[in-house]
Amino acid sequence: MNVLEIQNLTVTFDTANGPFKAVDGVNFSVDQNDILAIVGESGSGKSVSMLAVMGLLPKTATITADKIEFEGKDISNLSERERRELIGKDISMIFQEPIASLNPCFTVGFQINEMLKAHTDLNSNARKERSAELFELVGIPDPTKRLKSFPHQLSGGQCQRVMIAMAISCNPTLLIADEPTTALDVTIQKQILDLLLDIQTQNNMALIMITHDMGVVAETAHRVVVQYQGRQMEEAGVLDLFENPQNPYTKALLSALPERADGDRLPTVADFASSFEQTETAS
Amino acid sequence: MSEVILKADSLYRDYITSGGLFKPADVVHALKDISFDVKKGETLAVVGESGCGKSTLARILTLIDAQTSGALQIQGEDINIKTHKPTADLRKHVQIVFQNPYGSLNPRQKVGDVLEEPLVINTKMGAAERRELAMAMLEKVGLEPVHYGRYPHMFSGGQRQRIAIARALMLRPKILVLDEPVSALDLSVQAQILNLLADIQDEFDLSYIFISHDLSVVKYIADRVMVMYFGEIVEQNTREEIFNNPQHEYTKTLLAATPKASVDSIKQRLGVS
Repeated sequence: MNVLEIQNLTVTFDTANGPFKAVDGVNFSVDQNDILAIVGESGSGKSVSMLAVMGLLPKTATITADKIEFEGKDISNLSERERRELIGKDISMIFQEPIASLNPCFTVGFQINEMLKAHTDLNSNARKERSAELFELVGIPDPTKRLKSFPHQLSGGQCQRVMIAMAISCNPTLLIADEPTTALDVTIQKQILDLLLDIQTQNNMALIMITHDMGVVAETAHRVVVQYQGRQMEEAGVLDLFENPQNPYTKALLSALPERADGDRLPTVADFASSFEQTETAS
Repeated sequence: MSEVILKADSLYRDYITSGGLFKPADVVHALKDISFDVKKGETLAVVGESGCGKSTLARILTLIDAQTSGALQIQGEDINIKTHKPTADLRKHVQIVFQNPYGSLNPRQKVGDVLEEPLVINTKMGAAERRELAMAMLEKVGLEPVHYGRYPHMFSGGQRQRIAIARALMLRPKILVLDEPVSALDLSVQAQILNLLADIQDEFDLSYIFISHDLSVVKYIADRVMVMYFGEIVEQNTREEIFNNPQHEYTKTLLAATPKASVDSIKQRLGVS
């Protein structure tokens, strides 16, 4: 059974200039043990579609879909209370800016404790133990001491580890990582990606990686969804996508990779634009 | 390609933190014994993780900050801004493009004014002449004359970076320091900006000092690569040598950590032959 299944998801924002479609007819599903990457440039609607699933969009957004199902249950019309129970426990999310997503006024131990208090029946001592255990798991040295640290006392990579510890604290079935390594150095990026993959296999989790970095996609994903201007361009297995991209936009995106350059100039997406603008109108 | 245009000899930069009542002052060695040279028309890439001193180096090369010790030569001229205030003429030689095009342009300044400001400060040109040069530069970087009167918020990230590049070129510098110029941009826009940089390098015979942490971009654009770690140069060599035959452990770690988007590496990961 699919952990998450989305069919024909559309998100429209009411703006001063009339309605704006940020996501237009996106379909995908993730299975247990599956790693799905959603790629696209900024403004392609990759984050918005995940925020819509989580119910985190502002009121100006109208979400319509034929199907948004989590473990076979419809989650498009949950009450606030039901949603709070689900989010953070069964579905959790990691954001791009690790330092900005932690509250600077509280210790990281307090913040992870809050999560456990809300979603588990553990008592105070057990929560403390579990927090230390989670810190150990995500590779933070000297966990009991670090629990008393404030976010500004930790590096960006360590803050992201804290975020991951919080996200996996209740053994979620689905983890959504929104550009989890974009703000980090390559060496730290590698460690964080390895950590995410380890946790994913250990917990049999479904993982959705939102990213714009084709390198990260190539190193982590099983399947890939390519989005452009709110529309889904292509869905394929990672090897198929890189070896034999079907959609003109995907082809353009891949050829713009500096490491694939074979001439003096990089082909840009604009060079290909005419071809996929045509297919867009045709479809 | 032969003429050395910029030469750094054993540059040091220390930052001294003022100590508290019970804390002695602390010295941070941001740069240690940095020696390199840049030839005319060449691209030297500076690679390293955050905190390794890349941007401190950029500040010294662009005459924003003084070195603590060591010699800096630009076009054969010894420069130490601590003892001699840089002249307008000197400033013309080196210009900089910053990482974040959203932060590096004044939101209340029209594009035309952004481009003309370096001329106002450093030259005695008349308004008409400045305007003409600004218009010509807009076209060179792939923007249109109508953009002259617009404000930065009306542009996309890629267009803003074009404006920042145009501003840096207004004084016809010999050396352009590019501090992570494409890392805030999308892949497709990144390709356009890299192409633009290649074009103007040929046209103006520029030397680039290209600061980046993205090795796939460096591999594409650089002639020579300098790897920095904790304020020191750990390795400095031609692009081919750095990528095919890295000597230092840190360079090897960096190369191994860079995600590879090749079909072969995916096959290897998935265990498919």
